[in-house]
Amino acid sequence: MTTMKTITNTLTFSAVDPDAGLKKALTKSRADVIAEMNASGLKGRGGAGFPTSVKWNLAAAAKSDKKVVVCNADEGEPGTFKDRVILADFPDLVLEGMTIAGYAIGAKTGIIYLRGEYSYLRQPLEAAIEKRRAANLLGNDIAGKSGFSFDIVIRMGAGAYVCGEETALIESLEGHRGESRNRPPFPVDTGFMGNPTIVNNVETLAWAACILAKGGDWFNSMGTEQSAGRKLFSVSGDCARPGVYEFPLGVTIQEVLDDVGADDAKAVQVGGASGHCVPAGDFQRTLAFEDMPTGGSMIVFGQDRDMLEVAINFLDFFLEESCGQCTPCREGNEKLLEGALLLQEGRCSMGYLKNLCALGETMQLASKCGLGQSSPNAFLSIVDHFKDEVLGRTAMAPIEG
Amino acid sequence: MSDKSDTKQAASRAPVSQRAFTVEKPKDTTGIGSQVSITIDDREIKVPVGATILDAAKELGIHIPTLCFHDDLCVAGVCRVCVVEVEGQRTLQAACAYPVTAPINVKTHTRKVRQARRHVVDLLLSKHYGECYACVRNNNCELQSLAKEYGVDHFRFGHPDAPIYDPDESSYSVHRDMNKCVLCRRCVRTCIDLQEVGVLDAAHRGVESRIETFLDKPLADVVCINCGQCVNRCPTGALKANDPTDDVWAAIDDPAKHVVIQTAPSPRAGVGECFGLEPGIPLTLEMNTALRRCGFDRVFDTNFTADLTIIEEGTELIQRLHTALVQKEPVALPQFTSCSPGWVKFIEHFYPEMLPNLSSAKSPQQMFGAIIKTYYAKVNNLDPKDIVSVALMPCSAKKFECNRPEMNDSGYKDVDYGLTTRELARMISEAGIHLPEVPKSPFDDPFGQETGSGVIFGASGGVMEAALRSVIELVCGIKVEDLYDHADIIPVRGFEGVKYAEITVPDVGPVPDILAHLVPNWDWLKGATLKVGVCHGTANAKKVLDDIRAGGKFSECHFIEFMACPGGCLGGGGQPIPTTAEIRAARARAIYSEDDRSEVRKSHENPAVLELYGKFLTDGPCGEMSHKLLHTGYVPRGKYIP
Repeated sequence: MTTMKTITNTLTFSAVDPDAGLKKALTKSRADVIAEMNASGLKGRGGAGFPTSVKWNLAAAAKSDKKVVVCNADEGEPGTFKDRVILADFPDLVLEGMTIAGYAIGAKTGIIYLRGEYSYLRQPLEAAIEKRRAANLLGNDIAGKSGFSFDIVIRMGAGAYVCGEETALIESLEGHRGESRNRPPFPVDTGFMGNPTIVNNVETLAWAACILAKGGDWFNSMGTEQSAGRKLFSVSGDCARPGVYEFPLGVTIQEVLDDVGADDAKAVQVGGASGHCVPAGDFQRTLAFEDMPTGGSMIVFGQDRDMLEVAINFLDFFLEESCGQCTPCREGNEKLLEGALLLQEGRCSMGYLKNLCALGETMQLASKCGLGQSSPNAFLSIVDHFKDEVLGRTAMAPIEG
Repeated sequence: MSDKSDTKQAASRAPVSQRAFTVEKPKDTTGIGSQVSITIDDREIKVPVGATILDAAKELGIHIPTLCFHDDLCVAGVCRVCVVEVEGQRTLQAACAYPVTAPINVKTHTRKVRQARRHVVDLLLSKHYGECYACVRNNNCELQSLAKEYGVDHFRFGHPDAPIYDPDESSYSVHRDMNKCVLCRRCVRTCIDLQEVGVLDAAHRGVESRIETFLDKPLADVVCINCGQCVNRCPTGALKANDPTDDVWAAIDDPAKHVVIQTAPSPRAGVGECFGLEPGIPLTLEMNTALRRCGFDRVFDTNFTADLTIIEEGTELIQRLHTALVQKEPVALPQFTSCSPGWVKFIEHFYPEMLPNLSSAKSPQQMFGAIIKTYYAKVNNLDPKDIVSVALMPCSAKKFECNRPEMNDSGYKDVDYGLTTRELARMISEAGIHLPEVPKSPFDDPFGQETGSGVIFGASGGVMEAALRSVIELVCGIKVEDLYDHADIIPVRGFEGVKYAEITVPDVGPVPDILAHLVPNWDWLKGATLKVGVCHGTANAKKVLDDIRAGGKFSECHFIEFMACPGGCLGGGGQPIPTTAEIRAARARAIYSEDDRSEVRKSHENPAVLELYGKFLTDGPCGEMSHKLLHTGYVPRGKYIP
């Protein structure tokens, strides 16, 4: 297939010595590897921002000889494609990061859960894995480290957005419907096939390899106090140079927009369909866990965009992608969509809109997993920030009754 | 906290997404570290580590509404109606699925909680087609109760005004109307986890989600065993039994028809629940009166053919043992009971190669049907074509059973209609009768004499106990009471999922007349150890059958009782809703108290049974006549769905 090369700025990943991190890690004790991760302050790059070292530490403490490292490569958030670039351009870094994680928590098995739409990446990844096996970077007694065995297999997703949620991903890996589990227990305790499992985002694992190569302090010196290090952003929409951009966390939305050539933005959807819509007035806000947390998706909307249509588009997405098990997410998104269509026709009363906003709050609070909890965000933030635009529709049909 | 021992599964087959975290609860719940403190609405209580917030709230008497939660089932945590606020948590938590492992502070009715619960109910109602007054579950519907509890006075998010799905009425036993489904998945969990049948599952995604059979085929065409356990656990009217009451009324109204009804032991132990009584109050003799007032011409006790089943099935067992031990010829052992039609269809689908082990004896219902349209018709000078034979059963699978094509040995349909306990209660109500208040009256002759052995068929282990009472006396020539106090064979009683017992034949007596045509003496059984098994719920049946396949201890058994439903017939799919372990235990107490009160407690002492062999089945148990009328064959159905 012919693909246009995705635009990127200079990525740290291209300047890291291959397997330097793994080799250093294998000279350390498992506890010291986790300590290095702890020093880095790395938080999960998938969007939830859970401290990686804490996750690893919990899994390391669990007693089992069947622990599993899962690489979450089910990149499905609308407007996110940075993992695709990492997997295509730096596969070894990800595999190295998985191997380091395996060493740190005491796992022998690594699984890449690859997004169904990325099936074209499978063959190159398999080749990379095979190459590492041949180079003794996977398999038994890795890199001469006696007793450390680790290998990686690839499992394909089948196109469900919810399988990016770690417990739904594990259900899918086990051959069940992709549906989130009740928690607790958390995967670090009871994950894949009941075994302690860490699920890390592609980018998180790549950074882990860099951190072991260059040190936790190096990473922690970048970014903000609560959001250490750098991060990749997938920028798309109404801008001159959409692509994958690396910035230190704490960068403002405006700075990103300047770099990608978005001079006329009306709003930015930060965090994809499940994220928040930020109006131009808030472009000084920072991309950091303490302000605007994000998995990296930034969709730029120019002045001509109809924000209600944007909301409808996202709701359509959730209607389809909700797994359907819990009431607030399954039914709530349909009600929000119906309401948005009423707004579009100029037939939604203020009272009903208030009802819908309250329903949105319920969805955020009472849904079973992160998908449902974040599904009303786009609608609620658009109604909040673009009230005049959303409400200012001329009635297309007389109000019934 | 409820004892779920009769349904608990060692290894659940449900996806983990439909199971809550179950912390291994410490055996000694008083030891240090085995208890954890939880504060709910400013009231503190200590609960065992791993108890859920819902468990703790129940202990405190604090009501938290539930919908997808069911005492018998693994926890799904999907309806979200039980959400509560846990201090320190950003989101609301499902009380049913949240195990308490550290001290927490919980609020159960804050603004957020009330709003969320009301929204959940509003959302469910926005998809729930149907009007309460035209629903079989009117006044016994959990969604209706929630709507009342949360003050629903209008449909905030709308309400469907037309059905979306065609109801599936293909099955003789269970009807499905997905327009009323609230996607709580209790049926799914019942089928896959409680029963390990797996006919129902969630299909499609998001707003398109619905519960489907394999490829959405009609229920009659899939591997459904008709047990109706899903019906008992459905919170709404989405699942119901196939209701023949209109036809039964029509038969009663037809003066040309002689309408007889046989009543099984379990309905009498449960029917009171339909009239507001506490579970466990038997209304056997009141029901007789009510049935006559409804217009049934004769009211018979299925216990009669339960006793007959014991004689036939017991004789068959003796024949098999004789073949194996004396003739040294291959024969299928252990022998399996065949009274439970859900179990019969289960083995036909899932273990067809073991069908030779299944007793060829018909179930008591079908034996009675065949006797009524032959012997009873003859004695009373009735034309069998004018007899309408109705069976009151705790069971939905009995509806399928009476429609099996092979069940026409009398020359007519042996049993015309199977009624469930719930359907009968409605008929009684429709006749203006308040059951608990009517006077008592006995069963009709010639099958009137009931025995305790027949009545305990309703409880798991009952068939085995009845069989053992007779085998011990017929073979050993002693009284059961000599071995078991009050003839209560405790080792086969109780709700444990799988039971195993050994009984050594101490000595042998003379062969009684009724069996004299089969064996010359019992010497070959002297000192033998009879090994028996009992299990209930098809998930447990699966364990036993797999053990037999693997050559485990149950492969050494001689006789095994299988019941499709948890608890046995008293927990049948036709019994009053709701069902819980406590309710089933109460019904079991009612059944054993009936046994206790019976004058005759052993099948082989039932004078009506003996009379039947004397006058009608003259070539004795397992003779030619009884083989024609009282025995049947089975269909190896397999799992292939065309």
